[in-house]
Amino acid sequence: MIVVLVEVSPAGEAVETSREAITFARDLAAAGGGIPIDVVVVGEPDDALVKVLASYGVRRIHALTGPAFEAFSGAAWATGVEHVRASAGAVVVMASGTPRGNEVLAHLGARAGVPMAANVVSFGGLSPFTVTRQVVGGSALEEMQLSQRPALFTVAGHAVEARPADVSGTGELVVEMPDVPAADLVARVVSTEEPEPDLSGTLKSAKVVVGAGRGAGSAGGFDDLLELVDLLDASLGVSRVVTSLGWRPHHEQVGQTGSRISPDLYIPCGISGAIQHWAGCSTAKAILAINTDPDAPMVTKATHAVIGDLHEVVPAINAEIRRRRG
Amino acid sequence: MTVNPLVCVKRVVDSSSEVVLTEDGQGVDGRFAGFTTSAHEECAVELAVRVAADQGGGATVVTLGDADAVEQLRSALAVGCTAATHVLADAQSFGPADVARELAAVVRDHEAAGTPHELVLLGNDAADSGDHQVGIRLAHELGWPVVNGVSTVSVSGGEVTASGAGPDGHETYRVPLPAVVTILEGGVEPRYPTVPGRMKAKKAPIEERRPAADPVGPSRVRLVLPPPSPSSVEVLGEGAAAAPAVVDLFERLGVLAR
Ligand SMILES: Cc1cc2nc3c(=O)[nH]c(=O)nc-3n(C[C@H](O)[C@H](O)[C@H](O)COP(=O)(O)OP(=O)(O)OC[C@H]3O[C@@H](n4cnc5c(N)ncnc54)[C@H](O)[C@@H]3O)c2cc1C
Repeated sequence: MIVVLVEVSPAGEAVETSREAITFARDLAAAGGGIPIDVVVVGEPDDALVKVLASYGVRRIHALTGPAFEAFSGAAWATGVEHVRASAGAVVVMASGTPRGNEVLAHLGARAGVPMAANVVSFGGLSPFTVTRQVVGGSALEEMQLSQRPALFTVAGHAVEARPADVSGTGELVVEMPDVPAADLVARVVSTEEPEPDLSGTLKSAKVVVGAGRGAGSAGGFDDLLELVDLLDASLGVSRVVTSLGWRPHHEQVGQTGSRISPDLYIPCGISGAIQHWAGCSTAKAILAINTDPDAPMVTKATHAVIGDLHEVVPAINAEIRRRRG
Repeated sequence: MTVNPLVCVKRVVDSSSEVVLTEDGQGVDGRFAGFTTSAHEECAVELAVRVAADQGGGATVVTLGDADAVEQLRSALAVGCTAATHVLADAQSFGPADVARELAAVVRDHEAAGTPHELVLLGNDAADSGDHQVGIRLAHELGWPVVNGVSTVSVSGGEVTASGAGPDGHETYRVPLPAVVTILEGGVEPRYPTVPGRMKAKKAPIEERRPAADPVGPSRVRLVLPPPSPSSVEVLGEGAAAAPAVVDLFERLGVLAR
Protein backbone atom coordinates (compact mmCIF):
# COMPACT_ATOMS: atom_id res chain seq x y z
CA MET A 1 0.00 0.00 0.00
CA ILE A 2 1.03 3.59 -0.63
CA VAL A 3 0.37 6.41 1.82
CA VAL A 4 0.41 9.99 0.53
CA LEU A 5 0.50 13.02 2.81
CA VAL A 6 -1.92 15.56 1.37
CA GLU A 7 -1.67 19.24 2.26
CA VAL A 8 -4.88 21.20 2.58
CA SER A 9 -5.17 24.95 1.91
CA PRO A 10 -6.81 27.29 4.44
CA ALA A 11 -9.86 27.17 2.15
CA GLY A 12 -10.05 23.41 2.73
CA GLU A 13 -8.84 22.28 -0.70
CA ALA A 14 -6.13 19.74 -1.54
CA VAL A 15 -3.24 21.84 -2.85
CA GLU A 16 -2.16 21.26 -6.45
CA THR A 17 1.23 19.76 -5.58
CA SER A 18 -0.48 17.19 -3.34
CA ARG A 19 -2.88 16.26 -6.15
CA GLU A 20 0.20 15.89 -8.35
CA ALA A 21 1.72 13.56 -5.74
CA ILE A 22 -1.43 11.38 -5.72
CA THR A 23 -1.34 11.28 -9.53
CA PHE A 24 2.29 10.14 -9.31
CA ALA A 25 1.29 7.55 -6.67
CA ARG A 26 -1.37 6.21 -9.02
CA ASP A 27 1.20 5.56 -11.74
CA LEU A 28 3.38 3.81 -9.17
CA ALA A 29 0.41 1.79 -7.88
CA ALA A 30 -0.49 0.73 -11.42
CA ALA A 31 3.09 -0.38 -12.09
CA GLY A 32 2.88 -2.40 -8.87
CA GLY A 33 -0.24 -4.21 -10.05
CA GLY A 34 -2.89 -1.95 -8.58
CA ILE A 35 -1.80 -1.40 -4.98
CA PRO A 36 -4.29 0.78 -3.06
CA ILE A 37 -3.57 4.41 -2.23
CA ASP A 38 -4.51 5.92 1.14
CA VAL A 39 -3.97 9.56 1.99
CA VAL A 40 -3.37 11.40 5.25
CA VAL A 41 -4.78 14.87 5.84
CA VAL A 42 -4.45 16.99 8.96
CA GLY A 43 -7.83 18.15 10.28
CA GLU A 44 -11.24 16.86 9.25
CA PRO A 45 -11.91 17.25 5.53
CA ASP A 46 -15.29 18.51 4.34
CA ASP A 47 -17.46 16.54 1.89
CA ALA A 48 -16.13 18.43 -1.11
CA LEU A 49 -12.52 17.50 -0.27
CA VAL A 50 -13.46 13.86 0.34
CA LYS A 51 -15.12 13.82 -3.07
CA VAL A 52 -12.10 15.33 -4.82
CA LEU A 53 -9.73 12.87 -3.14
CA ALA A 54 -11.99 9.96 -4.10
CA SER A 55 -11.98 11.22 -7.69
CA TYR A 56 -8.18 10.92 -7.59
CA GLY A 57 -8.54 7.20 -6.97
CA VAL A 58 -7.95 7.29 -3.21
CA ARG A 59 -9.18 4.31 -1.21
CA ARG A 60 -9.13 5.75 2.30
CA ILE A 61 -8.66 9.23 3.74
CA HIS A 62 -7.09 9.22 7.19
CA ALA A 63 -7.84 12.50 8.99
CA LEU A 64 -5.48 13.35 11.84
CA THR A 65 -7.36 15.22 14.55
CA GLY A 66 -6.90 16.29 18.15
CA PRO A 67 -5.03 19.08 19.95
CA ALA A 68 -1.61 17.81 18.76
CA PHE A 69 -2.54 18.73 15.20
CA GLU A 70 -3.98 22.18 15.79
CA ALA A 71 -0.70 24.00 15.18
CA PHE A 72 1.92 22.70 12.76
CA SER A 73 4.74 20.57 14.14
CA GLY A 74 6.81 18.51 11.72
CA ALA A 75 7.52 15.88 14.37
CA ALA A 76 3.84 15.52 15.32
CA TRP A 77 2.76 15.23 11.70
CA ALA A 78 5.42 12.56 11.23
CA THR A 79 4.03 10.64 14.21
CA GLY A 80 0.54 10.85 12.68
CA VAL A 81 1.71 9.70 9.25
CA GLU A 82 3.73 6.87 10.81
CA HIS A 83 0.67 5.77 12.79
CA VAL A 84 -1.30 5.46 9.54
CA ARG A 85 1.58 3.80 7.70
CA ALA A 86 2.14 1.21 10.41
CA SER A 87 -1.53 0.33 10.88
CA ALA A 88 -2.04 0.01 7.13
CA GLY A 89 1.26 -1.79 6.58
CA ALA A 90 2.27 0.61 3.82
CA VAL A 91 5.63 0.11 2.15
CA VAL A 92 5.77 3.48 0.40
CA VAL A 93 5.16 6.91 1.95
CA MET A 94 5.03 9.94 -0.30
CA ALA A 95 4.43 13.67 -0.03
CA SER A 96 4.84 16.63 -2.33
CA GLY A 97 8.24 18.32 -2.43
CA THR A 98 6.98 21.33 -0.47
CA PRO A 99 8.57 22.57 2.77
CA ARG A 100 5.97 20.62 4.80
CA GLY A 101 6.28 17.47 2.69
CA ASN A 102 10.07 17.36 2.84
CA GLU A 103 10.11 18.15 6.55
CA VAL A 104 7.63 15.48 7.59
CA LEU A 105 9.24 12.76 5.48
CA ALA A 106 12.71 13.70 6.74
CA HIS A 107 11.46 13.08 10.29
CA LEU A 108 10.14 9.69 9.19
CA GLY A 109 13.46 8.86 7.54
CA ALA A 110 15.44 9.89 10.62
CA ARG A 111 13.22 7.83 12.94
CA ALA A 112 13.22 4.71 10.78
CA GLY A 113 16.89 5.07 9.83
CA VAL A 114 16.05 4.79 6.15
CA PRO A 115 16.87 7.11 3.23
CA MET A 116 14.45 9.77 2.00
CA ALA A 117 14.55 11.02 -1.56
CA ALA A 118 13.51 14.65 -2.05
CA ASN A 119 12.12 16.09 -5.28
CA VAL A 120 11.55 12.93 -7.27
CA VAL A 121 10.48 13.37 -10.89
CA SER A 122 10.01 9.74 -11.99
CA PHE A 123 10.45 6.16 -10.90
CA GLY A 124 12.77 3.86 -12.76
CA GLY A 125 11.76 0.40 -11.63
CA LEU A 126 10.15 -1.40 -8.74
CA SER A 127 12.72 -4.10 -8.03
CA PRO A 128 15.00 -2.66 -7.04
CA PHE A 129 12.84 0.36 -6.27
CA THR A 130 14.60 3.20 -8.10
CA VAL A 131 13.58 6.84 -8.32
CA THR A 132 15.04 9.76 -10.21
CA ARG A 133 15.19 13.13 -8.49
CA GLN A 134 16.33 16.65 -9.18
CA VAL A 135 19.68 17.73 -7.76
CA VAL A 136 21.91 20.80 -8.30
CA GLY A 137 18.83 22.97 -8.64
CA GLY A 138 17.50 20.71 -11.39
CA SER A 139 20.65 20.92 -13.53
CA ALA A 140 21.28 17.23 -12.89
CA LEU A 141 19.24 14.18 -11.96
CA GLU A 142 20.11 11.52 -9.43
CA GLU A 143 19.01 7.92 -9.71
CA MET A 144 18.54 6.65 -6.20
CA GLN A 145 17.70 3.23 -4.84
CA LEU A 146 15.14 3.03 -2.07
CA SER A 147 15.52 -0.62 -1.17
CA GLN A 148 14.77 -0.26 2.55
CA ARG A 149 11.21 -0.12 3.83
CA PRO A 150 9.37 2.11 4.10
CA ALA A 151 10.46 3.79 0.87
CA LEU A 152 10.14 7.53 1.48
CA PHE A 153 10.10 10.21 -1.17
CA THR A 154 8.68 13.59 -2.10
CA VAL A 155 7.55 14.54 -5.60
CA ALA A 156 9.02 17.68 -7.21
CA GLY A 157 6.48 20.38 -7.99
CA HIS A 158 4.98 20.01 -11.47
CA ALA A 159 6.89 16.77 -12.21
CA VAL A 160 3.51 15.39 -13.27
CA GLU A 161 0.24 17.08 -14.06
CA ALA A 162 -2.50 16.64 -11.46
CA ARG A 163 -5.39 14.70 -13.01
CA PRO A 164 -8.31 12.77 -11.52
CA ALA A 165 -8.35 8.99 -11.98
CA ASP A 166 -10.32 7.19 -14.68
CA VAL A 167 -12.02 5.23 -11.92
CA SER A 168 -12.83 6.90 -8.59
CA GLY A 169 -11.66 5.33 -5.34
CA THR A 170 -13.98 4.60 -2.45
CA GLY A 171 -12.70 7.63 -0.53
CA GLU A 172 -13.72 6.21 2.85
CA LEU A 173 -13.10 8.71 5.66
CA VAL A 174 -11.27 7.39 8.73
CA VAL A 175 -10.82 9.84 11.61
CA GLU A 176 -7.62 9.12 13.57
CA MET A 177 -6.43 10.48 16.92
CA PRO A 178 -2.96 9.02 17.32
CA ASP A 179 -0.97 9.47 20.53
CA VAL A 180 1.61 12.19 20.07
CA PRO A 181 4.49 12.35 22.58
CA ALA A 182 5.05 15.72 24.25
CA ALA A 183 8.55 15.91 22.75
CA ASP A 184 6.96 16.21 19.28
CA LEU A 185 5.21 19.40 20.33
CA VAL A 186 8.25 21.32 21.59
CA ALA A 187 8.93 22.77 18.13
CA ARG A 188 5.61 23.89 16.82
CA VAL A 189 4.15 27.00 15.30
CA VAL A 190 3.12 29.44 18.03
CA SER A 191 1.66 32.09 15.75
CA THR A 192 0.80 32.59 12.10
CA GLU A 193 0.36 36.02 10.64
CA GLU A 194 -2.13 36.45 7.86
CA PRO A 195 -0.49 36.21 4.48
CA GLU A 196 -0.52 39.30 2.35
CA PRO A 197 -3.61 39.42 0.15
CA ASP A 198 -3.14 37.42 -3.06
CA LEU A 199 -2.01 40.03 -5.53
CA SER A 200 -0.79 37.50 -8.07
CA GLY A 201 -4.18 37.13 -9.76
CA THR A 202 -3.45 39.49 -12.65
CA LEU A 203 -0.05 37.87 -13.21
CA LYS A 204 -1.56 34.38 -13.45
CA SER A 205 -4.17 35.47 -15.99
CA ALA A 206 -2.11 37.97 -18.02
CA LYS A 207 -1.86 37.45 -21.79
CA VAL A 208 1.63 38.95 -21.83
CA VAL A 209 4.15 38.78 -18.99
CA VAL A 210 7.42 40.70 -18.92
CA GLY A 211 9.90 38.81 -16.75
CA ALA A 212 12.86 40.25 -14.87
CA GLY A 213 15.73 38.48 -13.17
CA ARG A 214 19.08 39.28 -11.62
CA GLY A 215 19.98 40.99 -14.90
CA ALA A 216 17.79 43.93 -13.85
CA GLY A 217 20.78 44.79 -11.66
CA SER A 218 19.08 46.57 -8.75
CA ALA A 219 15.75 47.61 -7.31
CA GLY A 220 16.11 50.78 -9.38
CA GLY A 221 16.67 48.82 -12.61
CA PHE A 222 13.02 48.19 -13.43
CA ASP A 223 11.94 51.48 -15.03
CA ASP A 224 12.32 50.38 -18.66
CA LEU A 225 10.82 46.97 -17.88
CA LEU A 226 7.81 48.61 -16.26
CA GLU A 227 7.41 50.87 -19.25
CA LEU A 228 7.34 47.79 -21.50
CA VAL A 229 4.74 46.25 -19.17
CA ASP A 230 2.69 49.38 -19.66
CA LEU A 231 3.10 49.50 -23.44
CA LEU A 232 2.06 45.86 -23.81
CA ASP A 233 -0.67 46.04 -21.18
CA ALA A 234 1.23 43.17 -19.58
CA SER A 235 2.11 42.01 -16.04
CA LEU A 236 5.55 41.90 -14.44
CA GLY A 237 6.85 38.49 -13.30
CA VAL A 238 10.23 38.05 -11.60
CA SER A 239 12.70 35.35 -10.61
CA ARG A 240 13.32 34.30 -7.03
CA VAL A 241 16.64 36.13 -6.92
CA VAL A 242 14.70 39.35 -7.45
CA THR A 243 12.29 38.67 -4.60
CA SER A 244 15.00 37.36 -2.24
CA LEU A 245 17.01 40.51 -2.82
CA GLY A 246 13.91 42.50 -1.98
CA TRP A 247 13.85 44.29 -5.35
CA ARG A 248 10.24 43.31 -5.99
CA PRO A 249 7.45 41.75 -3.86
CA HIS A 250 7.00 37.99 -3.62
CA HIS A 251 3.60 37.93 -5.32
CA GLU A 252 5.38 38.79 -8.57
CA GLN A 253 7.55 35.64 -8.45
CA VAL A 254 7.15 33.09 -11.22
CA GLY A 255 8.18 29.48 -10.69
CA GLN A 256 8.02 26.44 -8.50
CA THR A 257 7.63 28.53 -5.35
CA GLY A 258 5.87 31.38 -7.13
CA SER A 259 3.04 31.65 -9.64
CA ARG A 260 2.59 29.37 -12.60
CA ILE A 261 1.81 31.38 -15.70
CA SER A 262 0.61 30.43 -19.19
CA PRO A 263 0.53 33.68 -21.16
CA ASP A 264 0.45 34.00 -24.95
CA LEU A 265 3.89 35.60 -24.69
CA TYR A 266 6.46 35.57 -21.89
CA ILE A 267 9.42 37.96 -22.18
CA PRO A 268 12.04 36.89 -19.60
CA CYS A 269 14.74 39.58 -19.39
CA GLY A 270 17.98 38.76 -17.57
CA ILE A 271 16.61 35.43 -16.27
CA SER A 272 18.84 32.37 -16.59
CA GLY A 273 16.00 29.87 -16.79
CA ALA A 274 16.81 27.68 -13.78
CA ILE A 275 14.53 24.66 -13.64
CA GLN A 276 12.57 26.08 -10.70
CA HIS A 277 11.78 29.19 -12.71
CA TRP A 278 11.07 27.17 -15.85
CA ALA A 279 8.52 25.11 -13.88
CA GLY A 280 6.38 28.23 -13.68
CA CYS A 281 6.57 29.45 -17.26
CA SER A 282 7.10 26.40 -19.48
CA THR A 283 3.49 26.43 -20.65
CA ALA A 284 3.72 29.93 -22.17
CA LYS A 285 2.72 29.77 -25.84
CA ALA A 286 5.73 31.82 -26.95
CA ILE A 287 8.83 32.93 -25.08
CA LEU A 288 11.07 35.82 -26.10
CA ALA A 289 14.25 35.66 -24.01
CA ILE A 290 16.42 38.75 -23.65
CA ASN A 291 19.79 37.81 -22.21
CA THR A 292 23.47 38.68 -22.59
CA ASP A 293 24.34 34.97 -22.55
CA PRO A 294 23.39 33.07 -25.74
CA ASP A 295 23.85 29.78 -23.86
CA ALA A 296 21.58 30.59 -20.92
CA PRO A 297 18.98 27.80 -20.57
CA MET A 298 16.20 30.35 -20.94
CA VAL A 299 17.59 31.36 -24.35
CA THR A 300 18.04 27.83 -25.64
CA LYS A 301 14.55 26.82 -24.49
CA ALA A 302 12.81 29.96 -25.78
CA THR A 303 10.97 30.29 -29.07
CA HIS A 304 12.60 33.67 -29.77
CA ALA A 305 15.61 35.46 -28.35
CA VAL A 306 17.53 38.70 -28.42
CA ILE A 307 21.12 38.51 -27.27
CA GLY A 308 22.10 41.64 -25.42
CA ASP A 309 21.95 43.80 -22.34
CA LEU A 310 18.35 44.28 -21.27
CA HIS A 311 19.16 47.87 -20.30
CA GLU A 312 19.90 48.56 -23.99
CA VAL A 313 17.41 46.20 -25.64
CA VAL A 314 14.30 47.05 -23.61
CA PRO A 315 14.53 50.87 -24.03
CA ALA A 316 15.05 50.33 -27.77
CA ILE A 317 11.93 48.15 -27.94
CA ASN A 318 9.96 50.74 -25.98
CA ALA A 319 11.15 53.47 -28.34
CA GLU A 320 10.25 51.37 -31.39
CA ILE A 321 6.73 50.74 -30.06
CA ARG A 322 6.27 54.45 -29.36
CA ARG A 323 7.63 55.33 -32.82
CA ARG A 324 5.22 52.95 -34.59
CA ARG A 325 2.32 54.35 -32.62
CA GLY A 326 3.31 57.78 -33.88
CA MET B 1 23.92 32.69 29.62
CA THR B 2 26.24 32.92 26.63
CA VAL B 3 25.27 31.10 23.47
CA ASN B 4 27.87 29.63 21.13
CA PRO B 5 26.09 28.63 17.95
CA LEU B 6 27.49 26.04 15.58
CA VAL B 7 26.78 26.76 11.93
CA CYS B 8 27.17 24.06 9.28
CA VAL B 9 28.19 24.97 5.74
CA LYS B 10 28.82 23.01 2.57
CA ARG B 11 31.08 23.70 -0.39
CA VAL B 12 28.93 23.30 -3.50
CA VAL B 13 29.40 23.82 -7.22
CA ASP B 14 28.08 27.09 -8.51
CA SER B 15 25.01 25.78 -10.30
CA SER B 16 24.60 28.87 -12.46
CA SER B 17 27.41 27.51 -14.63
CA GLU B 18 27.05 24.43 -16.81
CA VAL B 19 27.08 21.25 -14.77
CA VAL B 20 29.55 18.57 -15.89
CA LEU B 21 29.46 15.11 -14.31
CA THR B 22 32.43 12.96 -13.41
CA GLU B 23 33.05 10.00 -15.72
CA ASP B 24 31.69 7.45 -13.26
CA GLY B 25 28.51 9.52 -12.86
CA GLN B 26 29.01 9.63 -9.11
CA GLY B 27 29.47 13.34 -8.75
CA VAL B 28 29.72 16.76 -10.32
CA ASP B 29 33.06 17.47 -11.95
CA GLY B 30 34.17 20.63 -10.23
CA ARG B 31 37.19 21.29 -12.42
CA PHE B 32 35.28 23.65 -14.71
CA ALA B 33 32.83 25.10 -12.23
CA GLY B 34 33.25 27.70 -9.57
CA PHE B 35 32.52 26.80 -5.97
CA THR B 36 30.49 28.57 -3.39
CA THR B 37 28.71 28.14 -0.06
CA SER B 38 25.03 27.18 -0.33
CA ALA B 39 22.91 30.36 -0.30
CA HIS B 40 20.80 29.18 2.63
CA GLU B 41 23.98 28.59 4.63
CA GLU B 42 25.40 32.04 3.93
CA CYS B 43 22.28 33.32 5.67
CA ALA B 44 22.73 30.74 8.46
CA VAL B 45 26.29 32.05 9.01
CA GLU B 46 24.99 35.62 9.24
CA LEU B 47 22.35 34.58 11.76
CA ALA B 48 24.88 32.60 13.82
CA VAL B 49 27.22 35.59 13.97
CA ARG B 50 24.35 37.86 15.07
CA VAL B 51 23.16 35.44 17.76
CA ALA B 52 26.72 35.07 19.10
CA ALA B 53 27.21 38.85 19.21
CA ASP B 54 23.87 39.27 20.94
CA GLN B 55 24.50 36.59 23.54
CA GLY B 56 28.16 37.27 24.24
CA GLY B 57 29.34 34.00 22.71
CA GLY B 58 31.24 32.92 19.64
CA ALA B 59 30.01 31.25 16.46
CA THR B 60 31.82 28.13 15.27
CA VAL B 61 31.59 27.11 11.63
CA VAL B 62 31.90 23.47 10.61
CA THR B 63 32.10 21.73 7.27
CA LEU B 64 32.51 18.18 6.09
CA GLY B 65 34.44 18.18 2.87
CA ASP B 66 37.78 17.77 1.14
CA ALA B 67 40.80 20.01 1.72
CA ASP B 68 39.43 22.74 -0.61
CA ALA B 69 36.38 23.21 1.61
CA VAL B 70 38.64 25.18 3.95
CA GLU B 71 37.77 28.10 1.67
CA GLN B 72 34.16 27.95 2.89
CA LEU B 73 35.36 27.92 6.50
CA ARG B 74 37.62 30.94 5.91
CA SER B 75 34.75 32.83 4.26
CA ALA B 76 32.66 32.29 7.38
CA LEU B 77 35.57 33.30 9.63
CA ALA B 78 35.96 36.46 7.55
CA VAL B 79 32.42 37.54 8.35
CA GLY B 80 32.55 36.94 12.07
CA CYS B 81 32.71 33.27 13.01
CA THR B 82 35.36 32.87 15.70
CA ALA B 83 36.26 29.19 15.38
CA ALA B 84 36.20 26.58 12.63
CA THR B 85 36.11 22.80 12.45
CA HIS B 86 36.93 20.84 9.32
CA VAL B 87 35.84 17.22 9.07
CA LEU B 88 38.19 16.16 6.30
CA ALA B 89 36.32 13.73 4.08
CA ASP B 90 35.11 13.16 0.56
CA ALA B 91 31.65 14.71 0.94
CA GLN B 92 30.39 12.83 -2.11
CA SER B 93 30.64 9.48 -0.36
CA PHE B 94 28.67 10.76 2.65
CA GLY B 95 24.89 10.50 2.58
CA PRO B 96 22.65 12.78 4.67
CA ALA B 97 22.56 10.30 7.57
CA ASP B 98 26.38 10.10 7.55
CA VAL B 99 26.75 13.88 7.59
CA ALA B 100 24.24 14.21 10.42
CA ARG B 101 26.14 11.62 12.47
CA GLU B 102 29.45 13.41 11.91
CA LEU B 103 27.96 16.77 12.89
CA ALA B 104 26.51 15.22 16.03
CA ALA B 105 29.98 13.88 16.89
CA VAL B 106 31.38 17.40 16.56
CA VAL B 107 28.66 18.80 18.84
CA ARG B 108 29.32 16.12 21.47
CA ASP B 109 33.11 16.45 21.33
CA HIS B 110 32.96 20.24 21.59
CA GLU B 111 30.68 19.96 24.58
CA ALA B 112 33.08 17.50 26.23
CA ALA B 113 35.91 19.96 25.52
CA GLY B 114 34.04 22.76 27.28
CA THR B 115 32.39 24.59 24.37
CA PRO B 116 28.79 23.47 24.22
CA HIS B 117 26.77 24.58 21.21
CA GLU B 118 23.30 25.36 22.47
CA LEU B 119 22.10 26.14 18.97
CA VAL B 120 23.01 24.53 15.66
CA LEU B 121 22.10 26.30 12.44
CA LEU B 122 22.17 24.62 9.02
CA GLY B 123 20.83 25.32 5.56
CA ASN B 124 17.38 23.89 4.95
CA ASP B 125 18.78 22.06 1.92
CA ALA B 126 22.15 22.15 0.16
CA ALA B 127 22.27 23.69 -3.31
CA ASP B 128 23.83 20.55 -4.79
CA SER B 129 22.31 17.49 -3.13
CA GLY B 130 19.01 19.15 -2.13
CA ASP B 131 18.40 16.41 0.43
CA HIS B 132 16.25 18.48 2.85
CA GLN B 133 17.10 16.28 5.84
CA VAL B 134 20.56 16.75 7.36
CA GLY B 135 19.27 19.19 10.01
CA ILE B 136 16.39 16.96 10.99
CA ARG B 137 18.58 13.85 11.14
CA LEU B 138 21.10 15.77 13.27
CA ALA B 139 18.34 16.81 15.69
CA HIS B 140 17.28 13.16 16.00
CA GLU B 141 20.88 12.11 16.65
CA LEU B 142 21.14 14.69 19.44
CA GLY B 143 17.60 14.26 20.76
CA TRP B 144 16.99 17.99 20.33
CA PRO B 145 13.95 19.79 18.90
CA VAL B 146 14.26 21.09 15.34
CA VAL B 147 12.66 24.01 13.55
CA ASN B 148 12.81 23.78 9.80
CA GLY B 149 12.92 26.23 6.91
CA VAL B 150 12.85 29.56 8.76
CA SER B 151 14.62 32.75 7.79
CA THR B 152 14.98 34.73 11.00
CA VAL B 153 16.37 33.59 14.34
CA SER B 154 16.87 35.33 17.68
CA VAL B 155 17.77 34.03 21.11
CA SER B 156 16.70 35.31 24.48
CA GLY B 157 16.20 33.77 27.93
CA GLY B 158 17.27 30.30 26.86
CA GLU B 159 14.77 30.23 24.02
CA VAL B 160 15.14 30.58 20.29
CA THR B 161 12.46 32.41 18.34
CA ALA B 162 12.48 31.60 14.66
CA SER B 163 10.15 32.62 11.89
CA GLY B 164 9.62 32.31 8.18
CA ALA B 165 7.10 31.96 5.41
CA GLY B 166 4.68 29.05 5.80
CA PRO B 167 1.95 27.88 3.45
CA ASP B 168 -0.71 29.82 5.36
CA GLY B 169 1.25 32.93 6.33
CA HIS B 170 4.29 34.03 8.30
CA GLU B 171 4.95 31.43 11.00
CA THR B 172 6.76 31.83 14.31
CA TYR B 173 8.25 29.09 16.50
CA ARG B 174 9.58 29.45 20.06
CA VAL B 175 11.74 26.58 21.24
CA PRO B 176 13.90 26.03 24.34
CA LEU B 177 17.63 25.57 23.81
CA PRO B 178 19.43 23.40 22.88
CA ALA B 179 17.86 23.23 19.43
CA VAL B 180 18.59 22.74 15.76
CA VAL B 181 17.25 25.28 13.25
CA THR B 182 17.46 25.03 9.46
CA ILE B 183 17.57 28.24 7.48
CA LEU B 184 16.10 29.37 4.18
CA GLU B 185 17.59 32.41 2.50
CA GLY B 186 15.60 35.62 2.48
CA GLY B 187 15.44 36.77 6.11
CA VAL B 188 18.84 38.43 6.37
CA GLU B 189 21.39 39.93 4.06
CA PRO B 190 24.73 38.13 4.55
CA ARG B 191 27.43 40.73 5.21
CA TYR B 192 30.50 41.16 3.05
CA PRO B 193 33.87 40.45 4.64
CA THR B 194 35.97 43.46 5.53
CA VAL B 195 39.66 43.53 4.57
CA PRO B 196 40.81 43.07 8.20
CA GLY B 197 38.21 40.31 8.51
CA ARG B 198 39.69 38.53 5.55
CA MET B 199 43.24 38.94 6.83
CA LYS B 200 42.29 37.54 10.22
CA ALA B 201 40.46 34.61 8.62
CA LYS B 202 43.54 33.69 6.59
CA LYS B 203 45.56 33.11 9.73
CA ALA B 204 42.84 31.68 11.97
CA PRO B 205 43.54 28.17 13.30
CA ILE B 206 41.21 25.46 12.06
CA GLU B 207 40.41 22.32 13.99
CA GLU B 208 40.91 19.38 11.65
CA ARG B 209 39.37 16.02 12.34
CA ARG B 210 38.68 12.74 10.62
CA PRO B 211 35.19 11.27 10.33
CA ALA B 212 34.09 9.46 13.46
CA ALA B 213 32.67 6.54 11.46
CA ASP B 214 32.80 5.06 7.98
CA PRO B 215 30.05 6.42 5.76
CA VAL B 216 27.17 4.25 4.65
CA GLY B 217 27.03 6.50 1.62
CA PRO B 218 24.19 8.10 -0.29
CA SER B 219 21.62 5.80 -1.90
CA ARG B 220 22.88 7.00 -5.25
CA VAL B 221 22.99 4.77 -8.29
CA ARG B 222 24.35 7.51 -10.50
CA LEU B 223 23.89 11.08 -11.62
CA VAL B 224 22.67 11.84 -15.12
CA LEU B 225 22.11 15.05 -17.00
CA PRO B 226 18.59 15.86 -18.14
CA PRO B 227 18.17 15.43 -21.89
CA PRO B 228 18.90 18.69 -23.69
CA SER B 229 15.73 20.21 -25.04
CA PRO B 230 15.80 20.40 -28.82
CA SER B 231 16.49 24.06 -29.43
CA SER B 232 14.41 25.75 -32.08
CA VAL B 233 14.98 29.27 -30.89
CA GLU B 234 14.75 32.03 -33.47
CA VAL B 235 17.34 34.68 -32.62
CA LEU B 236 15.88 38.02 -33.59
CA GLY B 237 19.16 39.88 -33.33
CA GLU B 238 21.66 41.40 -30.96
CA GLY B 239 21.37 44.44 -28.75
CA ALA B 240 19.25 47.48 -29.45
CA ALA B 241 19.35 46.77 -33.19
CA ALA B 242 16.94 43.88 -32.64
CA ALA B 243 14.12 46.22 -31.55
CA PRO B 244 12.30 46.43 -34.93
CA ALA B 245 12.32 42.63 -35.28
CA VAL B 246 10.96 42.33 -31.74
CA VAL B 247 8.13 44.74 -32.42
CA ASP B 248 7.39 42.89 -35.68
CA LEU B 249 7.04 39.75 -33.56
CA PHE B 250 4.69 41.56 -31.17
CA GLU B 251 2.55 42.55 -34.14
CA ARG B 252 2.58 39.03 -35.53
CA LEU B 253 1.49 37.61 -32.18
CA GLY B 254 -1.12 40.34 -31.82
CA VAL B 255 0.09 41.37 -28.36
CA LEU B 256 0.72 45.03 -29.09
CA ALA B 257 -1.96 46.96 -27.22
CA ARG B 258 -3.39 49.69 -29.40
C1 LIG C 1 13.79 24.90 -3.73
C2 LIG C 1 14.00 26.02 -4.70
C3 LIG C 1 12.89 26.69 -5.21
C4 LIG C 1 13.07 27.73 -6.12
N1 LIG C 1 11.97 28.37 -6.64
C5 LIG C 1 12.14 29.32 -7.57
C6 LIG C 1 11.03 29.98 -8.18
O1 LIG C 1 9.87 29.73 -7.87
N2 LIG C 1 11.27 30.92 -9.11
C7 LIG C 1 12.53 31.26 -9.50
O2 LIG C 1 12.69 32.13 -10.37
N3 LIG C 1 13.60 30.67 -8.94
C8 LIG C 1 13.43 29.72 -7.99
N4 LIG C 1 14.53 29.15 -7.42
C9 LIG C 1 15.85 29.74 -7.70
C10 LIG C 1 16.44 29.27 -9.00
O3 LIG C 1 17.17 28.07 -8.79
C11 LIG C 1 17.42 30.32 -9.54
O4 LIG C 1 18.40 30.61 -8.57
C12 LIG C 1 16.76 31.63 -9.96
O5 LIG C 1 15.64 31.40 -10.76
C13 LIG C 1 17.77 32.43 -10.72
O6 LIG C 1 17.27 33.72 -10.94
P1 LIG C 1 17.81 34.61 -12.13
O7 LIG C 1 17.63 33.87 -13.41
O8 LIG C 1 17.17 35.94 -12.01
O9 LIG C 1 19.35 34.82 -11.76
P2 LIG C 1 20.66 34.15 -12.38
O10 LIG C 1 20.58 32.69 -12.40
O11 LIG C 1 21.78 34.82 -11.69
O12 LIG C 1 20.65 34.61 -13.90
C14 LIG C 1 20.77 35.91 -14.32
C15 LIG C 1 20.70 35.88 -15.84
O13 LIG C 1 20.71 37.20 -16.32
C16 LIG C 1 21.62 37.34 -17.41
N5 LIG C 1 22.04 38.74 -17.35
C17 LIG C 1 22.83 39.35 -16.43
N6 LIG C 1 22.92 40.66 -16.68
C18 LIG C 1 22.14 40.91 -17.77
C19 LIG C 1 21.80 42.08 -18.49
N7 LIG C 1 22.26 43.30 -18.13
N8 LIG C 1 20.98 41.96 -19.56
C20 LIG C 1 20.50 40.73 -19.91
N9 LIG C 1 20.79 39.59 -19.27
C21 LIG C 1 21.59 39.69 -18.19
C22 LIG C 1 22.70 36.33 -17.15
O14 LIG C 1 23.30 35.95 -18.38
C23 LIG C 1 21.89 35.17 -16.51
O15 LIG C 1 21.40 34.29 -17.52
C24 LIG C 1 14.38 28.11 -6.52
C25 LIG C 1 15.47 27.43 -5.99
C26 LIG C 1 15.30 26.40 -5.09
C27 LIG C 1 16.52 25.69 -4.57
